[in-house]
Amino acid sequence: MKQAAEPGLRPTKLRARHLLVTVLLLLAVVLGAILLGAIDLGAGRVLGEIWAQLTGGVSPLSAQEAAILWEIRVPRVVLGCLVGAALAGAGAAYQGVFANPLADPYLLGAAAGAGLTATVAVVAGAGTSGGLVPIVAFAGAIGGVVLTWTLGRAAGRGTMTLLLAGVVISAFLTAVQTFVQQLDTTTISKLYSWMLGGLGSPGWSEILAVLPYIVLAGIVLCICARLLDVLTLGDEEAAALGIRPGLVRMLVLGAACLATAAAVSMSGLIGFVGIVVPHAIRLLVGASHRILIPLSLLGGAAFLVVADVVARTALAPAELPLGVVTACVGAPFFLVILRKGTRNGRA
Amino acid sequence: MDGLELHGLAAGYGGHDKVSGVDVTVPPGSWLAIVGPNGAGKSTLLKATAGLIPHRGEVSLDGTALAGLGRRKRARAHAYAPQSPQLPAGLTVTDYALLGRTPYLGPFARESSADLRIVADVLLRLDLSELADRALHTLSGGERQRAVLARALAQQAEVLLLDEPTTGLDIGHAQSLLDLVDRLRTDDGSTVVTTLHDLTLAMLYADTVLLLDSGRAVASGPPATVLTPEVLWQHYGARVETLRTADGRTVLTPVR
Repeated sequence: MKQAAEPGLRPTKLRARHLLVTVLLLLAVVLGAILLGAIDLGAGRVLGEIWAQLTGGVSPLSAQEAAILWEIRVPRVVLGCLVGAALAGAGAAYQGVFANPLADPYLLGAAAGAGLTATVAVVAGAGTSGGLVPIVAFAGAIGGVVLTWTLGRAAGRGTMTLLLAGVVISAFLTAVQTFVQQLDTTTISKLYSWMLGGLGSPGWSEILAVLPYIVLAGIVLCICARLLDVLTLGDEEAAALGIRPGLVRMLVLGAACLATAAAVSMSGLIGFVGIVVPHAIRLLVGASHRILIPLSLLGGAAFLVVADVVARTALAPAELPLGVVTACVGAPFFLVILRKGTRNGRA
Repeated sequence: MDGLELHGLAAGYGGHDKVSGVDVTVPPGSWLAIVGPNGAGKSTLLKATAGLIPHRGEVSLDGTALAGLGRRKRARAHAYAPQSPQLPAGLTVTDYALLGRTPYLGPFARESSADLRIVADVLLRLDLSELADRALHTLSGGERQRAVLARALAQQAEVLLLDEPTTGLDIGHAQSLLDLVDRLRTDDGSTVVTTLHDLTLAMLYADTVLLLDSGRAVASGPPATVLTPEVLWQHYGARVETLRTADGRTVLTPVR
């Protein structure tokens, strides 16, 4: 065999520099979010506290200030990372599986399904977070996507049909959710702020409750990245390459629904993260899922932490719902993608 | 008997046979063109041969029934390229061709440097090395068809099943693509099965043609004996004459 093509092929894959840039960005964003808050702890003193924790030295913060940092700010930022990663990773996965650039957990009924079942669980007395709720929300997310997909298939193929089906199913599930909410007025205000989306003030135990789901989903999606690339060839060609498209789709959808459900159960309905982040990554580094999935996970984490900082500080001391902030960024972005898709004749 | 053999192959959609009773043998290293009027079932037959749609009858390669092989093994026996392949926007030519290595990889594995070398070699042979880093959606029609061929060749399969490989190409690009397929066939000894609606091209490139009409195989054999003016009138309702070219080939031309 001849010495092939010097200097050799450059297949798209996750390279050290991509990872370095994204991780540094995420760290910077996380640090910024920890430094900013309703009570000014002083950047230098916060850094001093972190340094003290790392080295076992003496902290410049009082016990109360340290508690604000470690029990209020840091958990919120960590949850922001987890939820952002989950939503963006799931979005990239849905877009790959459905070969549809506009697919998003929020648009495909997964979030509404998870919202409905989580509401039912809360009204039935399961508490707003932790324990049973993620599992119930997971079932709801799967149910929502299956309904959307079934309805979309029954009405025809194509981007628009699927999106319309997602809108219909989401609207229906949300209506049912509202009804269930009305049945129990004692939980209504809690549920309402949950629905608008927000990270709230989670405890470490709640974070640990959803962490395994999101980590597991993230790992499955990263492992399936190459198969997702094969799936973009269409079912027929994927089958001709020896894989089972149906099985891959189930696996990826399962992981994406798990991530969505975990995110929704902790932070309510936060839209558009799953569209904005994967598309930005695609524009910057290309469309192969090998790079898209891992960078979406990291980029999603950074995006949501930034959005949460905006939500916390824009109208301080009042707090904007996080879902409102992401929608303000996401809606215009969505229109741009839609226009592009229509022009390319893909929609 | 070696080569690709179809025995009593029947296939269709929704319980209706679109094609049935197809028996044909394609010797190793030869080129079979499946021809026939619109809707005769050419693509259906090719998909059934590739095992992509439910079918009855048997497809065997070098005496082995393909239905008995696992999916991955089967994908190493034959490569299939559809008439209008989906070309994922944003994927580069390299990434796309590398997907052809799927049957050789474990379900969650990544390509090794050996896979990269194979694909680099394929791109070189198809004159795609210059375009290796280009995104698929920026390619011209002829370049796209070559990229699709590269993905199929990366499968290193004995049989190439190509559905209308010249779709959308002008006469010059169509010719150079078929020349390319022919050269690969001679170099590698691979067996080629194509559907082709252009009978003149089918006569020039194929060793054997299989004429389908309404889902039945009505004739097969060397192009010049099958594609006669009488047969074309009968099955296509077409008025054609045969001409002899300067190098002694028989070609068809429509007349009025």
